[in-house]
Amino acid sequence: MSALRLEDVTLGYDRHPAVHHLDGAVAPGALLAVVGPNGAGKSTLLKGLVGAIEPLGGRIDRGALGPRDIAYLPQAAELDRSFPIDVFDLVATGLWRRAGLFGGVGRADRARVAEAIAGVGLTGFERRAIGTLSGGQLQRALFARLLLQDASVILLDEPFAAIDAKTVEDLLALVARWHSERRTVIAVLHDIDMVRRAFPETLLLARRAVAWGPTTEALKPERLLEARAMTEAFDDAAPFCSANAA
Amino acid sequence: MTLYDALVGPFAEFAFMRRALVGALALSLGAAPIGVFLMLRRMSLTGDAMAHAILPGAAVGFLVAGLSLPAMTLGGLVAGVSVALLTGLVARTTVLKEDAALASFYLLSLALGVTLVSLKGSNVDLLHVLFGSVLALDDQAMLLLAGVASVTLVALALIYRPLVLECVDPGFLRSVSRAGGPVHFIFLGLVVLNLVAGFQALGTLLAVGVMMLPAAAARFWSNALTPMFAVAILVASLASVAGLLVSYHFDLPTGPAIILSAGVLYLVSVAVGWSGGVLWRLAPPRHHRAA
Repeated sequence: MSALRLEDVTLGYDRHPAVHHLDGAVAPGALLAVVGPNGAGKSTLLKGLVGAIEPLGGRIDRGALGPRDIAYLPQAAELDRSFPIDVFDLVATGLWRRAGLFGGVGRADRARVAEAIAGVGLTGFERRAIGTLSGGQLQRALFARLLLQDASVILLDEPFAAIDAKTVEDLLALVARWHSERRTVIAVLHDIDMVRRAFPETLLLARRAVAWGPTTEALKPERLLEARAMTEAFDDAAPFCSANAA
Repeated sequence: MTLYDALVGPFAEFAFMRRALVGALALSLGAAPIGVFLMLRRMSLTGDAMAHAILPGAAVGFLVAGLSLPAMTLGGLVAGVSVALLTGLVARTTVLKEDAALASFYLLSLALGVTLVSLKGSNVDLLHVLFGSVLALDDQAMLLLAGVASVTLVALALIYRPLVLECVDPGFLRSVSRAGGPVHFIFLGLVVLNLVAGFQALGTLLAVGVMMLPAAAARFWSNALTPMFAVAILVASLASVAGLLVSYHFDLPTGPAIILSAGVLYLVSVAVGWSGGVLWRLAPPRHHRAA
């Protein structure tokens, strides 16, 4: 299995970097939390890793990992919950890697979908429209889709935002299971205590990497203060980054 | 007047009524599912804007070659596809959102078309283009309508998965496939194609009605996608038959009669549709003992 390698990566929009000059590698099987203030570039980093946006500079080396080896859970807000689709069909989109645009979905696949739904405790909800689910139930369904994707790298963007404690506990258990299966898991999180408890590695982000390493090191109080001092507003008058010119 | 005279007679007696029926049903088959997707993607007004965009193209074709179906179809297609492509390009590469980009380009297209028509100094009767001629469908027009309906259904079947996923969860689609962009353009192409086919039968502006009214009506009868398509096609077909009969018996213009029929079905759906109809909201609220 390959590592995800970042070489001087800058990601952003309209020439404004959301996060710049990232260097480092995520080892296969790592369980990495990405932490930082609002606007630190956490979601942007995940979008870059999955290939949804191209870097403004630098290179992301995915080794032998193809796009379908990387599963991605976007922030909940990106999902249109009013769309008439039921839990089974939503979870079944996780078969994309195997079925693609035109491939059939046979009896064995249906059994796998049902199994994934059972794995997140949603049995009985198969035919419920996603609009009728609670936030926690919807997140369970999306985790079932991740189970089905069976990817070696799993990216989670704020998977536990506004979710009840019981669901968080169940879903964290899934994350731990993925970790024990030697999958790479990278999660954007806000709950520092949870990170300290469950994530051995942390990347503290504030437009740049403030710290990247073992969680106890990365989340020292002085580091957190440093990250908090980051300015959130775009500064149009900011000089172009000198490292670019070099 | 017997029931036979009222409902079957006109079609049995007149070939032009039969042709109109087949043409309108073919249009219903393709345009209604497209409308459902437009509605679900919150692009209900896109059809209307697109209709404005293809109008000048069709008019220019009319001016160049007279009342020639190929020329007007081609003109409409070129204008519609250009506006769709430019809109997509601006929406996906700049800060402007799709609705604003579309508004800009369809207005440009419309103004350009009106200018071209006036340059020609002709006061030709463009009412044909505006309000269609479903009672005068020739073989060519029938083939066009049937062909477009077939292409639409086959194409929708092929792009169904990514199209649905782009509506529900675009972030996820981007992570598993690069099909999102091309699929969106194919979909817009189908919208243009159906409007171009529709202006033969109903006129450019009314073609939007057969697309959107049945879709909006269908939303009140089901919470699932597949039944929604079925209901939309059914409503469009019913409206076609009813509109043709009303227009025959009361000597009314056919295109508007079909759209008004669809409008009646829409209003009925809003009122009594069992998936969100107004009537059920007025009923005293009751709920189950348990979830």
